[in-house]
Amino acid sequence: MKKLSIDIIDRLTDSTISDDTLIINLHKYLDDITTAELWNSYSEYFRKNEITTIIIEAKNVEFCNGLGIAFLYNLKRNANIFNKAFEIKNLRKEYFALLSNFENLTIHTPQESINIKTDVSVENIGKIVEDKIKSTEKTIEFIGEATSGFIKFFKNPIKNIRWSEVLHIMEKSGVDAIFLSALIGFLFGLIMSFQSAIPMQRFGAEIFVANLVSLSLFRELGPLMTAIILAGRTGSSFAAEIGTMKVNEELDALTTMGLNPISYLVLPRLLAIMIVSPLLTIILNFFGLIGSCIVLLSFGYPVVTFISQATKSVKLFDLGGGLFKSIIFGLLIAGIGCISGIQTKEGAQAVGESTTKAVVNGIILISITDGIFSVLYYILGI
Amino acid sequence: MESIIQVNNLCVTLGGQQILKNVSFEVKKGEIFVILGGSGCGKSTLMRTMIGLLQPISGNILIEGQDIHDPNEILHNKILRKFGVMYQQGALFGSLNLLENVALPLREFTSLNQDAIELIATMKLKLVGLENFTNHMPSEISGGMKKRAAIARAMALDPDILFLDEPSAGLDPITSEELDSLIISLSKNLGITFIVVSHELPSIYTIADRVIMLDKRIKTIIATGNPQDLKINSTDTWVKQFFNRKGSNI
Repeated sequence: MKKLSIDIIDRLTDSTISDDTLIINLHKYLDDITTAELWNSYSEYFRKNEITTIIIEAKNVEFCNGLGIAFLYNLKRNANIFNKAFEIKNLRKEYFALLSNFENLTIHTPQESINIKTDVSVENIGKIVEDKIKSTEKTIEFIGEATSGFIKFFKNPIKNIRWSEVLHIMEKSGVDAIFLSALIGFLFGLIMSFQSAIPMQRFGAEIFVANLVSLSLFRELGPLMTAIILAGRTGSSFAAEIGTMKVNEELDALTTMGLNPISYLVLPRLLAIMIVSPLLTIILNFFGLIGSCIVLLSFGYPVVTFISQATKSVKLFDLGGGLFKSIIFGLLIAGIGCISGIQTKEGAQAVGESTTKAVVNGIILISITDGIFSVLYYILGI
Repeated sequence: MESIIQVNNLCVTLGGQQILKNVSFEVKKGEIFVILGGSGCGKSTLMRTMIGLLQPISGNILIEGQDIHDPNEILHNKILRKFGVMYQQGALFGSLNLLENVALPLREFTSLNQDAIELIATMKLKLVGLENFTNHMPSEISGGMKKRAAIARAMALDPDILFLDEPSAGLDPITSEELDSLIISLSKNLGITFIVVSHELPSIYTIADRVIMLDKRIKTIIATGNPQDLKINSTDTWVKQFFNRKGSNI
């Protein structure tokens, strides 16, 4: 506020040219406002051949901040570039000391910056490739260690896994997700039935909505929707949790204690999700059928008819195939969540990146795997 | 005094850049040994290599004669039992309370029953003055308390060696002094060998029996000895500047 009351005259400069010398008389204040006004004012003088000497008279300067020092430094630098003799007269000792700090300052010219940028780009490509190779190596290492952990687990299922942790994770990712799965299943069944019942009614085939919905839920949509819920809810949570542990050096602490982070943290998560995923699929399917049944009830069909149609169309293989798919989807989601967490780099931003990676990669991998399953089931005649 | 750790011609690179070059030294049993140097000189890298988290490109680290990077899993785990580590931020497990944090190594590596584990963990917390905070979560205690709890956890299995990464960093002078006293008392009373990474001069003068000083420019040890001796007798300008807290151009 005080600055505003300063008379503008205190910030101006007087410049005089005598023969071959430019003398710049600075006034009282050399601060941000003055610097902004003056920065470009004197550039034209440096290009004039007739001026060979530039003198800054600073006896009036009473206040000079960092920007004022930068202004003086810039004048000095330009004088150097254009081969002019340069002198600052009567600058207060403390400001002169500040200015002298920058004597050896190296400034990259725009040309240098461009070169550096090009070098960095080439270097960047190398780094990206190196990062990808390392990430692949770590993924392979992770798969190997997880497999070895599972082999150990099957040798002694009681001793080789922390069941308390498995139950805790099952509660967090399973029990707590029941409402969401039920709601999505119900809405899915309701919407799908309604959308298909109206066109099918024209042909008097609306009763076959029960066949359509139950078959697609049990074979395809139930496992897929559950997997997407798990990827968004649990995969991301695993990545964030393990990623934060990595950033806080907790994984290092486990390693130096002699505990393998994969056996200690990852295996309970993989196992918990492999158990929880088919259970959630069953819940989603069940509520999907309820949604579908409500639509058919509104079309005048009794519940018994719906159940009869649904049970006729869905075979045991459809249910089993869907649930098996669900187990594999669970394994993939938990695996990707954990590996994204383990591969987290330094800092809070890296945790965010890992979380995003876990969800995106999880959904992509689920879609690909679902495609593979479709082909496989077709070949096997399931 | 016999040597407990030997570091021989250690060279470490990170992201293709050489951080340490031909670093050699040994640590005697029972001493408080400080690794110091300016920021970015490779102190933490050296410590992380010494505890087996980083692989050197050449050279080796012997802890009681056994290579820390031994590829044999059983031998490697045996070496890990010999030391505990306190990380810079404590690295306590956020989902466990202090007692559970300290009890974790006991639960994983001993066949003690739950009562015994809880008693031992409480005793370890008592050693660091946190016996009244057993049920507190790491998020509920201060930075200094986290570090003390981390020391208690590192001591859970009674290791011969404790590695401390910047124990005084970010602590107020009183807490820092308390932590220094704790280190000295644990060293004297329990005979634990301490390897401390630090650049906090007051703390170094208080606790260190011997120091090595790393230099960023030559990527290796520039000075070895007692910190007070180095302050007075070192002929190297940079070492003198460091111990006398004087910059070169300010």
